[in-house]
Amino acid sequence: MDAVNDDRQQVRDEHLREAVASSERPKPPNAFSSCMTFGSRSLLRIKHIPEQLFDVTVFPIIFLLMFTYLFGGAIAGSTAEYLQFLLPGILVMTVAQITMYTGLDINNDIRKGIFDRFRTLPVWLPSALVGSLLVDTVRYTGASAVMLGLGYILGFRADGGLLGVLGAVAIVLFFSFSISWVWTTLGIIMRSDKSLMMASFMVMFPLTFVSNVFVDPDTLPGWLQSFVDVNPISILVDAVRGLMHGHATADQIIWVFIVSGIFIVIFAPLTMYLYRNKK
Amino acid sequence: MSQNELSDLAIEAKGLVKVFGKHRAVDGVDLQIKKGTVYGFLGPNGAGKTTTIRMLATLLNPDGGEACIFGHDTVKEAAEVRSRISLTGQYASIDEDLTGTENLVLMGRLMGYTRNQAKARAAELLHAFGLEDAAKRQVKKYSGGMRRRIDIAASIVVTPELLFLDEPTTGLDPRSRNQVWDIVRTLVGTGTTVLLTTQYLEEADQLADRIAVINEGKIIAEGTSGELKASVGTGTLTIRLADPADREKARGVVEQVLYGQVHDSADATVLTANVTNPSLAAEVLGELGREGIELSDFSLGQPSLDEVFLTLTGEPAKEQENKKEVQG
Repeated sequence: MDAVNDDRQQVRDEHLREAVASSERPKPPNAFSSCMTFGSRSLLRIKHIPEQLFDVTVFPIIFLLMFTYLFGGAIAGSTAEYLQFLLPGILVMTVAQITMYTGLDINNDIRKGIFDRFRTLPVWLPSALVGSLLVDTVRYTGASAVMLGLGYILGFRADGGLLGVLGAVAIVLFFSFSISWVWTTLGIIMRSDKSLMMASFMVMFPLTFVSNVFVDPDTLPGWLQSFVDVNPISILVDAVRGLMHGHATADQIIWVFIVSGIFIVIFAPLTMYLYRNKK
Repeated sequence: MSQNELSDLAIEAKGLVKVFGKHRAVDGVDLQIKKGTVYGFLGPNGAGKTTTIRMLATLLNPDGGEACIFGHDTVKEAAEVRSRISLTGQYASIDEDLTGTENLVLMGRLMGYTRNQAKARAAELLHAFGLEDAAKRQVKKYSGGMRRRIDIAASIVVTPELLFLDEPTTGLDPRSRNQVWDIVRTLVGTGTTVLLTTQYLEEADQLADRIAVINEGKIIAEGTSGELKASVGTGTLTIRLADPADREKARGVVEQVLYGQVHDSADATVLTANVTNPSLAAEVLGELGREGIELSDFSLGQPSLDEVFLTLTGEPAKEQENKKEVQG
C-alpha cells in the first residue's frame, strides 16, 4: 500500500499489527459496571441529540398549561382549584407517556445492528437495558421537576408538604420503571418504529385519558367507572394525589406496588427472553 | 483445558439447520475450519450465509445440528464462546450518533478495560486505522469506507480469537475494499481466525484459504480456491458476435476447441464458456477467425458468482427473499 501520498487516510499496517498483537484480554466487567457503561452511552446520546430532552421539558409545560386553562373553568369552576386536582394526575400522565420512548430506543438498536454486537459481548446481558432504564429514570425526574416547578409558579400548593411531594415523585418513578418493561417488550417485537409508536399509543391513549387524571370518576357512567377503577394509571394517580395532599392511605400505595410488581414480573423476564432469543 | 480446546479447529459444525416458517434458511451445514485461517462463505443474498454466521456467533439457536467454537458448544456454553469471538455485521454495528472515539471507548469499557485503558486503546486503534482525524466526529458523518473501518476496529478492541465479518466490502469503492482486505490479512497474520461472507468470487479468492459455496441453505462446493477454480474453470470466455445468425456456428467451433459446454446468454449475440486453460482461449479466437465469424467483443475474465453457480448447480444464482435476515 502506498503510504506516501495519502498517509492520513491509510490503514497503517505496522500500527495495526502492533495494536492487534498488543491487546490483552481483560477480565469482563461486572454487572454494575456494564450497566453504568450502557448508562453513559445513553447520556452521550443525549449530548449529541439534545432534542431528546424535549419530551421531558417542553411536554410537561405544554400539557400542564393546556389542560389547566382548557378544562379548569369548565370542570372545577376555577383554574386555581382545578390545578390542585389536576397536577398530580397530569404528572402521572406526562411521565407515563414519556416512558414509551424507551421502547423506541431498543427498537432502533435492533434495526441498526448494534444490538447484535451487544449480544455477542461477554457482559451481563440485561445491562444494556437496565443501563438505559436508569438514565431514563433521571429523565423522568427532570420532567417531574419541571412540572412541579411550573405548578408552583401557577399556584399549586401541596398539602402533604415536601415529603409528600417527594414520596409522590418516588412512586411515579418506580411505576415508570416497571411500565418501561412493557415498552421494551414491544420494542423487541415490533418490526418498525412506526408500528411500535402506533401500538404504544393505542395502549397509552385510553389508559391515560379514560382515568381519573382529568375528572372525578363519580361523574362517569357505571361501566366506564369500573374500567377507570382498575386502570393502573388511576391507581397510581390516587396514590400520588393522596401523597401530595396528605391523605394517602396505605391501601392506595400498596396497590401501586402490586400493579408495578405485576408489570415487572411479567414483562422484565419476557423482555429478557425475547432479547436473548431474538431471531 | 479440555481436549477439545487442544484441537486445531476454530469452528466445527455438524448438520446445522435453521427454519424460518416454511423456509429452510440453513439446511444441514457441516463445517470444519482450522485455527488461524480465513474461511469464506460465497453465495448470493439469502443463501443462508448470514443465518449460519448468526448461529455460530450465538445470536441464533439452531433448529437442528450443533456447532462448537474452539470446542465450546454455541448453545450450552454461549458465554465461553462470546468471550472468544467478535462480530462485524452486515450493517453498521456501532452507534452512529456517537463519535468514533466514544464508540471505541464504550466497547473497551464493555470488554472490561478501565476508563484510561479504554481511552488509550481507542486512540491506538483510531491511529492504526487512519481515523484519528475523524475521532471526534459522529460516525453517521463518516464515508462508507471509514464506517467499515471503525466497525472492524470496534470488533478488535480486544483481539478476538475468531472474527466474523459479514459482507465486509459490499457497497465499498475499490480503494476502501482494498483497505478492508489489508486489515483482514494483518489480523490473520497475528493468529486470528476469520470467517467472512461475500458475494464476490474475487474477494473469496483474494482472502480465503478455503471457500464454501452456499446455495439455498446448503454447501454445494467446498475447497481451496484452487480446487474450486479447477471445478468451475479458471476463467470465463465471453464472445460477442457481430451477427447473431453466426451463433450456432460459433458454438460448434468453441465446443470443438474447449471440449466444454457453451452457455447461451439471454443476449442473442453472446456466448460464454468455462476455460480451464487460458492458452486455449487464443486458439478459439484463431479458429473463429478462420471460419470467418466476425466478433464485436472477445474477453477472458474471472468467473462471476453467476457463472460459478451456473457450473455448480446448472442455474444462475438466485436471490432469495431474505426479510428475516435483514430484519435481524
